[in-house]
Amino acid sequence: MAITPSIDRAATLLDAPPRRGWTADLRDFIRQRPLGAAGAAIVLLMLLVAVSASLLAPYDPLAVDFGAMLAAPSADHWLGTDAFGRDVLSRLLYGSRTALIVGFGAAFFGATAGAILGVASAYFGGRIDLYLQRVMDVFISFPLIILALAMVSILGNNLPNLIIAITIPMVPRAALVIRSSALSVREMPYVDAARAAGFGHARIILRHMAPNVMAPYLIMLSAFLGQAILLEASLSFLGLGVQEPTAAWGLMLRGAAVQFAETAPWMAIFPGLAISLSVFAFNLFGDSLRDALDPRLKTQ
Amino acid sequence: MLKYVVKRFLLMIPTLLGVAVVTFFLLRIVPGDVVEARFVGGGQGQFVDYALLAQERVKLGLDQPLWKQFVTWMWGLVRLDLGLSMWTGAPITEEIKLRLALSLQVAVMATVVATLLAIPLGVIAALKQDTWVDYAVRVFSIAGLATPSFWLGIVMILGLLMIFKWLPPMVYTPFWVDPWENLAQLIWPALAVGYRYSAVATRMTRSAMLEVLREDYIRTAKAKGLWLRLILVRHALKNAMLPVVTVIGLEFAFLLGGLVVTEQVFNLNGIGMLFVEAIARRDYTLTQALVLLTASAFIVVNFLMDVMYAWLDPRIRHG
Repeated sequence: MAITPSIDRAATLLDAPPRRGWTADLRDFIRQRPLGAAGAAIVLLMLLVAVSASLLAPYDPLAVDFGAMLAAPSADHWLGTDAFGRDVLSRLLYGSRTALIVGFGAAFFGATAGAILGVASAYFGGRIDLYLQRVMDVFISFPLIILALAMVSILGNNLPNLIIAITIPMVPRAALVIRSSALSVREMPYVDAARAAGFGHARIILRHMAPNVMAPYLIMLSAFLGQAILLEASLSFLGLGVQEPTAAWGLMLRGAAVQFAETAPWMAIFPGLAISLSVFAFNLFGDSLRDALDPRLKTQ
Repeated sequence: MLKYVVKRFLLMIPTLLGVAVVTFFLLRIVPGDVVEARFVGGGQGQFVDYALLAQERVKLGLDQPLWKQFVTWMWGLVRLDLGLSMWTGAPITEEIKLRLALSLQVAVMATVVATLLAIPLGVIAALKQDTWVDYAVRVFSIAGLATPSFWLGIVMILGLLMIFKWLPPMVYTPFWVDPWENLAQLIWPALAVGYRYSAVATRMTRSAMLEVLREDYIRTAKAKGLWLRLILVRHALKNAMLPVVTVIGLEFAFLLGGLVVTEQVFNLNGIGMLFVEAIARRDYTLTQALVLLTASAFIVVNFLMDVMYAWLDPRIRHG
């Protein structure tokens, strides 16, 4: 008699559907979240374009052609040329590299550093938590663009420094969100168990708590991707980001693009479209990801 | 309640102090100072009179040890004296006053634009969740977040020029001098910024409404056979408003410092423009004052929000 419950349980285990493959998950995601899938598709396309920019671009993005300055879109130059006669399409394609490197770099470092700080702050609690929170408060009080601006002025503007400058304002924002999820994880029995087993702080934080705040981490990461690309574009537009002659979208909107906007509107329109489309795609994907990971927002 | 408010108020002081310290030292890590920016400029291989530089530094107090400079600045702040701009020599309050009026006006107008867009759109999207209406609103608001407002500004100016053969006035006229001229210039940046800003508020309205619509009291109200529109306005919207107001308030606080790029496009001589100038000129005193101004706007709004929450939700003030 005592055996039956366990046999029952074994039977239900056998009846359980086989573990679904990732293709089925993917199909479900596309069906249930068409917007998110569209976003993901555009992101993938962007990645492909960035990787194969040298194959796709019809011209050298840096090649100056004074015979074809401010040329309108034509069969030769699909999206026209800029004030130096450089091909706008080629510069757009190469510019996607800058945008993605800065976007992924800053979002990854920002969210990861924020996650580690947030989890550590929640884990240690007490005075450490209080002090860390105050420091985060200070950095959150700076407007995003202003902190990035100050960092760029200090570090100087090459690509790695630009990534650092954009990462820094993201760290406290990620830490804040992830700390609040980590607070509930800290109360879980398995954290107590790990502590009782005598594991060190670093091991508990990294191996036991961090994996359990994966959902907010991924949400922050995807939200930061778009923000980082926008911030890079803004800084480059102000002349404080990527420097000429490197191809970057924000930089393409600076100076001549505004000056000659009336006679050569293609210079001002296409780079902006590229920025908007890519940030749009990242946000669509991130939004659907958040809905999928946050059960409270599910329909019914 | 009073105890909570006092405690929360006192918490603002270390944050502000932290902002002051970080700003002060960050600025001094930036290579170059105001004297170099003025007398050396960008000219390479130019004759530099080091005696003159040293003399100027003494005049501005830049020869003092760092801690002394910091104490002097703090002492001034305590007496509500922001000091003189290192570049122009004029009192900082004078430098900021006019610029602030301009930026504040744009910020207020953008907030009005954002609210008018966000609340109706968010409510409709929540009511029609997962229909094409919802998708359209979401695409519209996500597009708002994705579009750089400086580019939207360029496109707007371009559109006005091409379609109406008209350009908004490029010189600032205060509202009390000529309201029409003033609005004709400032409505465009307000629209460009307001659209972006509405995106966050729309999404917040939508998700807050979704959450509230599933509450038991809404079901009860429906079961009682109450008029649907009444349920929406009196029961649902009222309860969903809190996070929406928070988001709008915080975004407003950030707008003061966040207009940097938009002001550039519309040629507005506001706080953002002043900021970029001040950093480029290494005008320490002016930059410090501007950072403190924008940061305290954010910190104060945050404080007000927390107090409002505590007032509405007793669990917070006793927690």
